[in-house]
Amino acid sequence: MITISEADFDAGEEIDALQASNSDDGAVVTFTGQVRQQNNNQSVSGLFLEHYPGMTEHALTKIIEQANTRWAINRVRVIHRVGQLNVGDNIVFVGVTSKHRGDAFATAEFIMDYLKIEAPFWKKETTPQGETWLEAKQQDHDKANHW
Amino acid sequence: MGAPTNMLKVLFFARLKEQLGTDSIEVSVDTPLTINELKAHLIAQNSHWQAPLTADNLICAINHEVVCKQHTIESTDEVAFFPPVTGG
Repeated sequence: MITISEADFDAGEEIDALQASNSDDGAVVTFTGQVRQQNNNQSVSGLFLEHYPGMTEHALTKIIEQANTRWAINRVRVIHRVGQLNVGDNIVFVGVTSKHRGDAFATAEFIMDYLKIEAPFWKKETTPQGETWLEAKQQDHDKANHW
Repeated sequence: MGAPTNMLKVLFFARLKEQLGTDSIEVSVDTPLTINELKAHLIAQNSHWQAPLTADNLICAINHEVVCKQHTIESTDEVAFFPPVTGG
């Protein structure tokens, strides 16, 4: 299940939902991303997230479908926030369940790596020097390509 | 008979949206046409759009799929231009 929302999420509640009535799976792996205070050696006071409604959900669905063909996974939960965020706020949650840990670990990392290069989100940071759109990083492409 | 003329909606996001000063535009074009032809059409209407729309790293999506510059646009397509993505 995919959610794109301005609203915050509770990682604990998401883990509970992944585990609820789920005696098939022995593994629950989750990742939570949050707004850092320091980025590119600059002090960050806020982060604005824009996305392309419709394409975002489409891109994330395709990434999860790809993961399903590669690993034996069961439940997948992806949440990505948009709008104005502050330092320490949650940005993204990925949760995966599987029978054994290997598939869930791999899928969670795969989803995050591809989300970073294929899902149409854009970050604009507020720093003491003003507002700046973040540049895409080559290392993110390298990381996704290793899959 | 000439090619059909359609109103095509084009969307812009993030830095590109700010550079162009709008999040979307409707243009009257003959379809099918290539992405480069669409860009040329937009630039002919707004000369200050030349630099942002010809940036090397600009991405084009048609119907929510990223496509290459030679891709052909049909009349019912949803077209979007945006910079490289930076989510997560």
